[in-house]
Amino acid sequence: MHPAFSILFFTTLAGAAQGLVVALALAVLFGLGLAPGFLALALGVAEVLLAAGLAASFMHLGRKSRAWRAVLMWRTSWMSREVIVLPAFIALVALWWLSLRFGAGAPWSWLLPVLVLCGAVALWYCTAMIYACLRFIEEWAHPLTIVNFTLIGLSSGLVLACAMAVLSGETRFVQLFGPWALAATLAAWAARGGALRRNAAIRHKSTLQSATGIRAEKLVQKSMGMSAGSFNTREFFHGATLAALRNMKLGFLLLAFVLPSLLLLWGVASGAAWPWLLAVLVQAPGLLAERWFFFAQAKHPQNLYYQVVS
Amino acid sequence: MMQWLKDLMSPDLLPPLPGEGWGGGRGAGTGSHEVMKAAVPPPQPSPGRGGRNASVRAEPDETLAKQLALVIDLNVCVGCHACVTSCKQWNTSGSAGPLADAQPYGANPTGTFFNRVQTYEAGTFPATQTVHFPKSCLHCEDPPCVPVCPTGASYKRKEDGIVLVDYDKCIGCKYCAWACPYGARELDEERQVMTKCTLCVDRIYDEHLPKEDRKPACVKACPTGARLFGDVKDPDSEVSKAIRERGGYQLMPEWETSPANQYLPRHVTQQTAGQE
Repeated sequence: MHPAFSILFFTTLAGAAQGLVVALALAVLFGLGLAPGFLALALGVAEVLLAAGLAASFMHLGRKSRAWRAVLMWRTSWMSREVIVLPAFIALVALWWLSLRFGAGAPWSWLLPVLVLCGAVALWYCTAMIYACLRFIEEWAHPLTIVNFTLIGLSSGLVLACAMAVLSGETRFVQLFGPWALAATLAAWAARGGALRRNAAIRHKSTLQSATGIRAEKLVQKSMGMSAGSFNTREFFHGATLAALRNMKLGFLLLAFVLPSLLLLWGVASGAAWPWLLAVLVQAPGLLAERWFFFAQAKHPQNLYYQVVS
Repeated sequence: MMQWLKDLMSPDLLPPLPGEGWGGGRGAGTGSHEVMKAAVPPPQPSPGRGGRNASVRAEPDETLAKQLALVIDLNVCVGCHACVTSCKQWNTSGSAGPLADAQPYGANPTGTFFNRVQTYEAGTFPATQTVHFPKSCLHCEDPPCVPVCPTGASYKRKEDGIVLVDYDKCIGCKYCAWACPYGARELDEERQVMTKCTLCVDRIYDEHLPKEDRKPACVKACPTGARLFGDVKDPDSEVSKAIRERGGYQLMPEWETSPANQYLPRHVTQQTAGQE
């Protein structure tokens, strides 16, 4: 598949915002006693990330003014469900921020964090199911897709939360959530590594023979029926060389998982601030590279029909 | 983006029903004014809109009584692309506006086609066969592209099983194209809506056409008669007989989409190739 930057930015930005909000909600529910200023600032950052993600997702649409129609088919379409859950999640985070600002009391102070937690989980599930439900894109059609979207979002959100806590002097938060940020990053590394191993071993069900029904052992395409490209050649091929693909894989493993893990370990052990900040900076391009690779690695069966331009 | 501009500049090209994605096609030989005055308008592909001829959307897993489809005979297709050009001509002349056709005379022509003819070489030289392989939407009985559509623009008609896109509701998210294993859907990159073969739904029911012309444009254009059209649910139809008697098969059966279109395999009459 051709990785679309609109989706790369949307899924990474929203994923980090979800992880950040989950960390804040858990901290509040466990009675960590965060400074109101820090909580409001962190929720504000989450909202900015979500808004940027929403804007990026709009860039993916050919007819942006009709975007509202995408809520209609929630009974059958995971994309429709995501389109409903995303604004609902943004609204819940905004409500929580407002309730803090106006000092809302008892039920809201625990109900809103719980609701926000549920919203984050639901959004991860919907976003990942958009890809995992396409049964013939075999690289995606697996529960690991959901695990990876969730764990990578958690990792990036927790790293960001700890970095902001370090800057705001919330040492208790960093002491408690620092090890969890490390654990989430290691878990995300393990799960993404598992998906990479699984995808490397896939033997695709569709072949040129099953695609055309021509039962010859040796079968080659001589013409795809056009002398230049089409939507089918632009949308479903990444166009990168094998070497670029390999480098991207190495790059995202290093930037999204290995280096952040080392930096977090350093941060947890030393209590210094800069490893956390550095981890955010290092992980951000790694997350984009990971999502780029997620799309590029997926081999769509339609590509069997589009192998020879002539 | 440019569609509104085109509409403004040529108001006489607007469809008779404002707001409809596309009504009756205006092809060669049909007096367009007669069509507009028709007592029975051509079937509207938009579901959920009022009117006597509004299409009904088939529910998922619903078994339909009628399923129109093409059966393509690989024995006689000569790869002339007449079906490709006649399809483009008919569908670019409809009220939805022209299909994208960028740099048609340039080095890299590109654009929207509902139908492509591909060529494959089977076997090992010198015992090879050249197989021309026309490819369009297969109008699956269980179309994976339909349930994923977030807006409901993609749907399968209950009355004849044709899978259609309502161009007025499509947001151009391309998710349905991802969900089609056959690559049958093409985004029109000028109009930014998804497009696909309609089985010439604006032609096959047009009572102003002579009965023998109420067939998809590709079927009418094929000089060798490689394309058969009919109801595959009717056991006595030409297509059902051809499938039954000549070993018709579906593409990518492994995904259980149950394509309505089927192909008749090449039968070797002279011993030239390594298959069969």
